[in-house]
Formats: sequence, structure tokens, C-alpha cells
Amino acid sequence: MSTATAANTETKPPAPAVETVRVKVDGRVVDVPRTLPDWQGKPQPTTMLQACAIAGAEVPHYCYHPKLPIAGNCRMCLVEFGTPMMGPDRKPVLSEDGSPKIARSVLPYEPGTPRGAIACATPISPGMEIYPSSPATKQMREAVLESLLINHPLDCPICDQAGECKLQEYSVEHGQAESRFAEVKVHKPKQVDLGPRIMLDDERCVLCTRCIRFSRDVAQDDALGIVNRGSHNSIAAFPGRQFDNNYTLNTVDICPVGALTSKDFRFRMRVWFLKETRSVCASCATGCNILISSREESVYRYEPRQNDAVNACWMCDSGRLNYKWIGREDRLLNVRSSRSGARAWAAVVAEIAETLRSAPQGSVAVIASARQSTEELYLLKKLAAHLGALTDSVERLGEGDGFLVNADRNPNTNGARMTGICFTEVGIQIPKIAQGIRSGRIHTLIVFGEDVTRHGIDSETLSKVSTLIVSDILPNETTRRAHFLLPGCAYAEKRGTFVNAKGRLQRFLKAVEPRGEARPEWEFLQELVHQVTGENLGPGFEALFNRMAKDVPALASAGVEWGKVGDLGAPLTL
Amino acid sequence: MTFTIPRELEAELDELATRYPQKRSASLMFLHALQERFGYVSKEAVEWTAAKLGVQPIHVWELVTFYPMFRQEPAGRHQLKVCRTLSCALGGSHKLYRHFCDRLGLDPNKHGLQTTKDGKFSVEFVECLASCGTAPVMMRNEEFHEGVSCEQADALLARCS
Repeated sequence: MSTATAANTETKPPAPAVETVRVKVDGRVVDVPRTLPDWQGKPQPTTMLQACAIAGAEVPHYCYHPKLPIAGNCRMCLVEFGTPMMGPDRKPVLSEDGSPKIARSVLPYEPGTPRGAIACATPISPGMEIYPSSPATKQMREAVLESLLINHPLDCPICDQAGECKLQEYSVEHGQAESRFAEVKVHKPKQVDLGPRIMLDDERCVLCTRCIRFSRDVAQDDALGIVNRGSHNSIAAFPGRQFDNNYTLNTVDICPVGALTSKDFRFRMRVWFLKETRSVCASCATGCNILISSREESVYRYEPRQNDAVNACWMCDSGRLNYKWIGREDRLLNVRSSRSGARAWAAVVAEIAETLRSAPQGSVAVIASARQSTEELYLLKKLAAHLGALTDSVERLGEGDGFLVNADRNPNTNGARMTGICFTEVGIQIPKIAQGIRSGRIHTLIVFGEDVTRHGIDSETLSKVSTLIVSDILPNETTRRAHFLLPGCAYAEKRGTFVNAKGRLQRFLKAVEPRGEARPEWEFLQELVHQVTGENLGPGFEALFNRMAKDVPALASAGVEWGKVGDLGAPLTL
Repeated sequence: MTFTIPRELEAELDELATRYPQKRSASLMFLHALQERFGYVSKEAVEWTAAKLGVQPIHVWELVTFYPMFRQEPAGRHQLKVCRTLSCALGGSHKLYRHFCDRLGLDPNKHGLQTTKDGKFSVEFVECLASCGTAPVMMRNEEFHEGVSCEQADALLARCS
């Protein structure tokens, strides 16, 4: 095996040289690739907008989006440019100093007036000069912005987009302090109930058609269009039809203005008060990268975070709205031992450790959840190995949609497999555990994050267990029967990693503080493992992760470390 | 009210769709034919067209809302179309339009097609009817009238039954 790996690294073909084109952006020479991937990843001629981005000059735009087909309708990215002048002999005309003469783009019938081209859809050519900050470009942007704002209601104080609105951002740079518009603004439909999760304000819309293109080309639900004519143009769904697919809320993210708003989020919080935390969606095994927006320990919204290896810029509505349980009133808040009546973490953990130390080999079983972090599963496996315990996890299957929703609704099934908590086939040990309990061989059961009474261990069997150690977030039948109850954390309240369906290790960070006395499971498991096995897998989270990364073969072969996983995760070979 | 298309019209439209490299291109022809038959383009007609041409109804609806010649509601039995393009506007078409509205109890300041409550008359402004030399001109259904004065308008209304 090692020779094969060595051969692989040696015979790796050199990366093909990227063909570049030399252009000038604001007088600065840059070499940019001749082609770049388009929204579907196919190579397409590099555009002026991309060349400017490479040169570090941002070109303002509304309708252009890197993950959508190009429409070129907002005109905001107009830039002045020039191309090398050609003589009658088809050779470049040179100026006195020997450099090629540049013919600036001008109106054909008015050669004194610069003529812009939309940077998002104009391919570059060798020797081209782009002037994203020339006075002519600036003038074009000001004119476009003024035109877009003619009928805009300017209701920023009550607009949900305020603070993350492209109209506002570009107005700072290119707007005018005073409106020249003396007429009456056109009124368009407001509070249009587009679908169960989307509210539309047509007056704020700049008709960039990002939402239409997203629905048609990405979500494959061609439900939106532009109705009416001229300044009455508005985005709409067919009368009587709902805009209701599982990806509608992405249109709110990509809407550059406040036209499309999320019914769930609108009017709930000004966006500038929100803290953003990088995390991973836990609603299925895809593991879409997300940003959690929170304020004062409350989660307000999830938004997709771009990761081209996983979810591009998108996420499904069901995953996005699956955060409300974090703030549920009936969260488990208190640690307790119903044996001794102890109600402090140190005492309860010590009591559990003592019980486990005296348990005979093979008399303990562990059922962990594949919704838990890899670190927690690793610790549970450590504990189980020491006690000779059977371990397994619970399968959670739904329907996949062929896009982002995976049929496996557990976020970390591969983490559970990798750490040895379960086999490829999840849950096959559970009947054995149930049998063991019934036969009296197993009398201590450790359950993390699952209601086992709904997953193969009925209440009657569970009542035969003499020691039931349970950690969970919300109450259920199993937590009610627990002898030791350890309140755990939602993944938004702690750090950790998940391994998604494709075997990508992705980390999530802490957005809000745990509720009540709840503690991150890895923290008290670390203590418990120390007290039971004598092995200290700390101190702290990073030491634990790095220890696990050495111990678990799939992680060791990828050579991961907490500091190296990064925001976009690391692929593993499972 | 269920929407049924007469078989011969359906056959005609099916044939029409084959004349275009893309079926979708026949959208406008479908809408014209359906409006001619039913007097207006209903939502059901839009859904039927969309299904026939393999597009989503919203994209047919975009056309219906874009073109003013497509009606989303039935028009009156006598449809009075008054030209308001330059020559007619100079030649008194606004006076003529107001006259019709006053006689029929309609609001001359309202935009678009208006129909009397009894469903007998519809009045609307239209763009150039291509007879600029004889302004103001108008049409009653498919019938063309040139140099229409208010008296002639009254006579025209009297002739309508």
C-alpha cells in the first residue's frame, strides 16, 4: 500500500499550465486565465468583471451572480474600456514610446463620448485595458443607480435588507445627495404573498431576475416571471399558484435589495446587531455550510455559506428553518442523579464514573446519536472500548431530493462509523443490545441524544436496565426514565466536527451560550473518560481533537489538525 | 366554469405549433386565437396554452400582462377603440374619448379598457390605427370609422344594438 502511495505522489502529472491573457486594470498589468468556470463549472472566456476582481477592483453589480447564468440586465457593472488599435496591416499601432496605442471605446455616432460595456458579460481580449475607476465609468454607474432609484420607495428605515442592501452600499459610493426626480413614483404591489415562506415588495425590486434564474436553473422550479410592462414590471408567480419549493429562501439571500424577504425573519432583528458564526447545517448528511446569525444568545436565522465542494451558495428551506428547537422552553437545563440526589456536575460525573468502574466487562452498552460531533462519538467509543461495551447509533432515513437534501438525516453518520460507534449498516447492534438487556447480561445503558424507546428498545426492556445514563437536549421518554441525566448542547452552542455523506470533515463553531446548566457533551465526556479509564484526552477541545486525529485511522491518514481543517472542511478517505 | 376548447380549434392550434422551430414561439398566436374565440384570455386559457407549449403558466401570463391587446376580462359587445397617437391626438381623439365616456357613464381618467355595467360597450384608447390623414379615427369591433365627430359618435352609438 505504501509503495502505491509513493508511486502516486511521484508520478503525479504536472498541473497543466493555465493559459493567461495580459490585460490592464486601471493601468495595472494583470495576467488572468483565459477561461474561468461559469455558474455550472464549465470553462468560459474570462469576463472583464472577473479580470477586475482578480486585479482587486470590485465592479458593482446587481444581476450578476457567480452561481447563476448571466443576464446582463441591471447595467450597474458598465465600465469604460479600450482595446489595442489595429493598423490597416492588422498590426498593432504603436505610440512613440513603442507601446501599443489603445482605442478607448466610444459611441459610434458620437466619438467624443465614452461607451461602456457590461463587465459581467464582456469577455476580455489580449491587451485590453479596463478602467473601473475612470470618470466615465463613475458617471455611468451614477446614471444607472439614479435610474434604478427613480421608483424605489426609499423605505430603508423599515426595510429588512437595510444594512446588507446593495442599493444602499452602492448609493454610498455612487449615489446623489439630492433626487432630481420631481414626478410621482410608480406604485407597485407591496406585501405580495409569493409563497409560504416568502414575502415580496415589488416597489423595492430592481428586476435583476436573480430569483427567476435561481428558481428556473438551480431549483428546477420555473415558477417566477416578470409581469406587466415598463415601469410597472413586477416579479410574480402565476396567479393562484404558490412559490413553494424546498429552496425558496435562497432567493431572499440572493435578492440584492429588500424585495424578497423571509417571512420567518422579517421585522425580527436589524441585521447589524447580528453576530455571524460559521457552522454546518445538521439536518442531513449533506452538511451544508452555514452562517448562524445570533444576538444575545438567541439564534435568529441560518444562511448558507459558500462552499463549492458541498452546497455552493445554497441550502434547503427545511434545514434553514430547523433552528427553533434550540430555544425551546422545555430544554433540559439541570444535571441530576436520581440515585444520590446530587445536582452538581462534578458530583454526578464522579458518581457515574464510580458506577462504570465497578461494572463488569460486557455489562454496559452505549447507544449514541449520529447527530453528535465526531469528538463526542470518539470519547464514547473510548469509554465503550474500556468497558467492553456494545455500541451503536440510530438510523434516520428520509427521502433525498437529488440536490442538497440527503436521504440520511443524520449529520454525522460517517463520523459514527469512523470512530467505530456503529458499522456501515447503522443500528444492527440495537436488537443485540435489547436482547442483552432482556437476558440480564447488560444492566447499564448509556444513551446520548436519542430516545431509544422509539428506536428498538421499548419501555419494558428499558425498565429492566438497572443504570440508565442519559444525555440529551430535549425531554423524551428515555430522559424521563434516566437515573443520571446530563443536559447537553445544541451544536450551535459548542464546537465540533461532522463528517458528511461524501466524507468531508467539517467544523462548526459556537454561536450562542448553552442554556441553563447544559454543557458541551465533549467536555463532561472528557472528564468521565479520564475518571473511568485514567486516560486524560485533554486539556481542552483542541487537544482532544488533535488526539482523536491521531487515533482515528481515517483522520490520521488525512493528517488533519484542528488548526488546519479550515472553514471549508477537509476531505477524508473513508 | 370549466374551460373546454372546441376540437377543431385545438386541431388548428396544434398544427400552428408545428410551424415554429420551438413550440413556445407559438404563444402569441395561441393567445390571439383564444381571445378571438372566447373574447378574452382567461387564466384557464393561459394554463391550457402553457401545457400545450411545454412552458410554465407564468411565462404565458408574462405575455398576457405585457401586451395591452390581450384582455384578462371579457369586453363589451361593442368595443370602441379610439386612436390616441399623434395625428389623432391633435385631431381631437381625446375629446372623442371623453364624449364616449360621458355618454356611457365611464371614467375618462381611468387607465385601460372600461366596460359598461350592462356589458354592451367597452371603450379604450389604442395606439395608431394607420389612418393619420383622417384623424380622429376609431374602430367599433372590426369596423373602421374615420374623421369621427361627436355627432357621428352619437349616431354610431344609436346604431349599436
